[in-house]
Amino acid sequence: MKHRNSNLEPVEPVGEKPGSQDNMVRPTSPKPEARLGREVQARIGQQLRAVYNDVVNQGVPPHLADLVRRLSDQDQD
Amino acid sequence: MKLDPAIRDQVLSTVPSLRAFAISLCGNIDRADDLVQETLLRALAHIDSFQPGTNMPAWLFTILRNLFRSEYRKRRREVEDADGRYAETLKSHPEQTGRVEFEEFRTALAKLPSDQREALILVGASGFSYDDAAAICGCAVGTIKSRVNRARTRLADLLAIDSVDDFGPDRATRAVLASGGRS
Repeated sequence: MKHRNSNLEPVEPVGEKPGSQDNMVRPTSPKPEARLGREVQARIGQQLRAVYNDVVNQGVPPHLADLVRRLSDQDQD
Repeated sequence: MKLDPAIRDQVLSTVPSLRAFAISLCGNIDRADDLVQETLLRALAHIDSFQPGTNMPAWLFTILRNLFRSEYRKRRREVEDADGRYAETLKSHPEQTGRVEFEEFRTALAKLPSDQREALILVGASGFSYDDAAAICGCAVGTIKSRVNRARTRLADLLAIDSVDDFGPDRATRAVLASGGRS
């Protein structure tokens, strides 16, 4: 599979009222836990992909590749 | 009739991300590889139920997650991985700067409730849409959104990130000091 870009960003806050696009004028932290800063979220997303891609970049282990090829060559009946 | 090579290649090319997802669920690389193997056996035995043209990764992720869940229920009474065990599961590590940060993040990720970690991985790392993630987890889209948000908030708490500056070298230095010089 082509590794798609994450869609974690741009941030899509839950409970946001439709049409409320006033991100720029929102107070810095109305409720401490309510909303993370955009740069913090971006950083979390970046770290998350680093951890995940560390495994993805290992590719397909030979025994799993063999398994798929072997089963694919069997009759599918 | 043999399996269409195009379908086979779709399965093969999903294996790397399937493993990454499995490791995030199991917290253990050997168990994760067993789970992926079991998933591939199951999937190829039932390949007729895959509709060509639909989302192969989502189909395989769903099978893997269901297998994990039924397995987990069976093993529930076994000792669960201690906090941070996930951080020790991988053999290769990026050699770039930020290694401490990387390990710290992985440890924090392992401490999330499993439903939140799963949602965050599917959406934030595997690149699934909220709709696909909801289908994979068998829950409502709103549930996925709320889990992802809670996961991010919890991670920020665990990592004590108040601003982007906290990710700099000073934080890495503090983490080394806090570990008491263990490496």
